Amino acid sequence: MSERPKTGDGGIILTNAEDLMNWARLSSLWPMGFGLACCAIEMMATYASNYDLERFGILPRPSPRQSDVMIVAGTVTFKMADRIRRLYEQMPEPRFVISMGSCSNCGGPYWEHGYHVVKGVDRIIPVDVYVPGCPPRPEALIGGFMKLQEKIRNSNAPAPQLFLEMEAAETVAV
Amino acid sequence: MNFQEITGLIVSKFPDLSIDADIKGPQPILVVPVESIADICRFLFEDERLYFDYLACITAIDNGAGLATMEVIYNLTSIPYNLNLTIKTVFSRNVPGAPLPSVPTVSHIWRTADWHEREAFDLMGIHFEGHPDLRRILLPEDWEGHPLRKDYVVQDRYHGIYVRYEDGQLPDTSDRV
Repeated sequence: MSERPKTGDGGIILTNAEDLMNWARLSSLWPMGFGLACCAIEMMATYASNYDLERFGILPRPSPRQSDVMIVAGTVTFKMADRIRRLYEQMPEPRFVISMGSCSNCGGPYWEHGYHVVKGVDRIIPVDVYVPGCPPRPEALIGGFMKLQEKIRNSNAPAPQLFLEMEAAETVAV
Repeated sequence: MNFQEITGLIVSKFPDLSIDADIKGPQPILVVPVESIADICRFLFEDERLYFDYLACITAIDNGAGLATMEVIYNLTSIPYNLNLTIKTVFSRNVPGAPLPSVPTVSHIWRTADWHEREAFDLMGIHFEGHPDLRRILLPEDWEGHPLRKDYVVQDRYHGIYVRYEDGQLPDTSDRV
């Protein structure tokens, strides 16, 4: 390849604000750093150097206030269900949920006799992507992120709920 | 010191109690009356010839409505004398709605019994008389029933969430890509 010195008079990219926003969102998905069971081990392996989620701009955040994605990695017990719902509510919109592994998809091996397990995290919070596996391999979780990126890329991001409410209130006032 | 000698010591200390030795299985078990469990444990812990200073485990068993009994099993170890002893107590089971069966606590003798007894209370529904803090340890505080009972029936909902798999509505997927 020939040398291409930077001159400062680069090209122009034409896009629209929606695509730009979607691109920005899908390129820096920050998951909330929390795990519930053995799936979390696999999730941590995905963050670590072998699989290196950071090359996709994905790095765990220690607070739900700074997170875009919640990876529900593991068995959701009824005792934990209230906490998960609260953590989800603490995340700013737009927020996404990846359900990782059989337990959080549908109750997994506890579906029949597990009196203590919520039979699918979608009974308490809305889920965007389900990753199957028990536990899923890191490749599968990365696949789940790819699926979520695809979903964001094709989405028409709705206005935040609060904004819609404010707008509705203004209409009434006028 | 073997099992027979330990049994002899206990019987000579408590001559009025009906203490049985169950030596049918590979692990000999001393079956003692439920109301004297704390006294016998205190003796096992304090006697200089035994000094059972370590409570390895407490197990609770529900024998079901047929036998209508429950059991609590204590696995003891004497670290200085390298002795092991299994003692068991059998007591009658309560019918649903009746007060829970009561067993004297041993948590004042071995601190480790505190959480073991809380677990037995949580999952089996056994009341430990004299326990300092008998709360549920694993399940949420507002859970109904004791799940390892043979006749346990799981509640329909917990905090609005369907508990059983088949009760749940299938998730609404109409808005999904």
